[in-house]
Amino acid sequence: MDKFTQHTGVAVPLRRSNVDTDQIIPAVYLKRITRTGFEDGLFASWRKDPGFVLNQQVYSSGTILVPGPDFGTGSSREHAVWALQNYGFKVVIGSRFGEIFRNNSGKAGLLVATVAQEVVEELWEFIEANPGTKLSVDLPSRAITAGDRSHHFEIDDYTAHRLLNGLDDIAMTLQHADQIEAYESRRPSFKPKTIPVLVSD
Amino acid sequence: MGRTLSEKVWADHVVRSADGEPDLLYIDLHLCHEVTSPQAYEGLRLADRVVRRPDLTLATEDHNTPTWDIDKPIAEPTSRKQIEALRRNTADFGVPIHSLGDKDQGVVHIIGPQLGLTQPGMTIVCGDSHTSTHGAFGALAFGIGTSEVEHVLATQTLQQARLKTMAVTIDGVLPAGVTSKDLVLKLISMVGTGGGAGYVAEYRGSTIDAMSMEARMTICNMSIEWGAKAGMIAPDETTFAYLEGRPNAPQGAEWDAALEYWRTLCTDDDAVFDREVFIDATLLTPFVTWGTNPGQGVGLGDKVPAPESFNDEVARNAAQRALEYMDLRAGTPMREIAIDTVFLGSCTNGRIEDLRQAAEVLRGRRVADGLRMLVVPGSARVRQQAMDEGLDRIFTDAGAEWRFAGCSMCLGMNPDQLAPGERSASTSNRNFEGRQGKGGRTHLVSPAVAAATAVAGHLAAPADL
Repeated sequence: MDKFTQHTGVAVPLRRSNVDTDQIIPAVYLKRITRTGFEDGLFASWRKDPGFVLNQQVYSSGTILVPGPDFGTGSSREHAVWALQNYGFKVVIGSRFGEIFRNNSGKAGLLVATVAQEVVEELWEFIEANPGTKLSVDLPSRAITAGDRSHHFEIDDYTAHRLLNGLDDIAMTLQHADQIEAYESRRPSFKPKTIPVLVSD
Repeated sequence: MGRTLSEKVWADHVVRSADGEPDLLYIDLHLCHEVTSPQAYEGLRLADRVVRRPDLTLATEDHNTPTWDIDKPIAEPTSRKQIEALRRNTADFGVPIHSLGDKDQGVVHIIGPQLGLTQPGMTIVCGDSHTSTHGAFGALAFGIGTSEVEHVLATQTLQQARLKTMAVTIDGVLPAGVTSKDLVLKLISMVGTGGGAGYVAEYRGSTIDAMSMEARMTICNMSIEWGAKAGMIAPDETTFAYLEGRPNAPQGAEWDAALEYWRTLCTDDDAVFDREVFIDATLLTPFVTWGTNPGQGVGLGDKVPAPESFNDEVARNAAQRALEYMDLRAGTPMREIAIDTVFLGSCTNGRIEDLRQAAEVLRGRRVADGLRMLVVPGSARVRQQAMDEGLDRIFTDAGAEWRFAGCSMCLGMNPDQLAPGERSASTSNRNFEGRQGKGGRTHLVSPAVAAATAVAGHLAAPADL
């Protein structure tokens, strides 16, 4: 995972609530077996509408998405995160997120910055008054700069630490292989195993 | 202070705990399917890693698979490629798989319980948000993303921050014709799609105690639809009776040891939940959705609500958008909404009891002219059992299509899809825009309402027929 410290880019206001991961990328686009190439599926049905925000020239190179509450609810598909990243997004700023989406973002290196809904409203107004404006997002100070205003955002300490250092979760966990082995040695023997394969009658 | 059920299961799986870090939890069972796993196996290959515990991992094919002509090659090339990737990956890494055509193939959340692999007190994950289904057995079960799938494959553990606890207490006898699906749809409409964010829920109370395992699984399945990380139900005699004798259930002395442990898996009397919700089951009616998220629901006897009736601006705007997408007018009685397609199936309502409930309604009746009804068993085993009971004949005699097992029309990534503008009554779990096919419109319903709707041609309960 790439390190994330600071990002400045064009902000895109997405004035919709409950944007579930089926809207971020419909299931029919999930059939790739790579982590790349999902940008075509991003908001696929909405992008057919010429009035959709990403179809406006001024926002088409956006890298910071500012959606309404409950963004990324529903399906666990990490493809939703990849689609946003493949398109070019680095940061999503919102007031509430689906838990699995937030988790997936942290694992894949997309910064999810949580602010109060009032801040989202203020950012929407600021962006729409200055279309194409750039916001700056600074992870060490947890600050979003919009014009001459600065807003604090929330992120859990551990995810911030991992993003700042671009850490590989699996390598970190495998450093504790001895503890995993110790746990396995005391697991009850009645816990089920999938091998040998047992089938119903 | 006492502990809640989820806290007990959590504590029993902590491999490592350190200040400022999420706990490292051991995973007892990892289920895989074709859509969310290819990039994870590829990641293992690139890093020269192995699957740590293939004997705690099981794969099946369900999301992409067709529900007809399953003996022929999958026609759609990208779907076929994804299935082939899963078969190659599981073969390369030694992971057991139930492929299309296998007698134990099926929707991943149907086959775990059916095989007896899903047991109380386990941690179970899958790259699928409806993994919460397994919580009905008193397991801590939740959906994960592909990066986490790779992590579990490589380490058999997961880094997980502690969750808050919520009790959802449901008391009283459900009125006739009201099912656990109606109950959970009502709950979601009460708390909203984000109401459970950050929580693991425990469903409890006399209504839950009286439910079958199938009904409990339907409720736990939809925990994610109100934002809860997981939903659990304490195991009891109903749970133990369901498990005993299943292929992967413990036997003999192992069964006794397991049972002794399972009986400790309940919330202590003096445990405190972070939040509590109460529902009076006796007041419930059949419940259906009118909008484009599972929280936008009303009683079947109610009308499509007016956006202005919502106090909150966000909810008002969402309702406005939903009515436009669904092509509905505020004030229309739900029962007057005409339906084109009825879908009976999915990990929410594709189990044998669901098929029995629908068959009971359809027995001796016909599906309305011009309406199509798909009956899709959740697994090959459920399909066989239904045929042994003669349910397939009831469905086909009524004019419904009797399909092979899979996720089918729950999500639009296999051949079973709605056409643009087509309206469905569906026993699945999501009414999102385009979920069942681009431009398709979905009303979430129980199996009984689905069957009655198929006969009536519009949203209806069995009592209306």
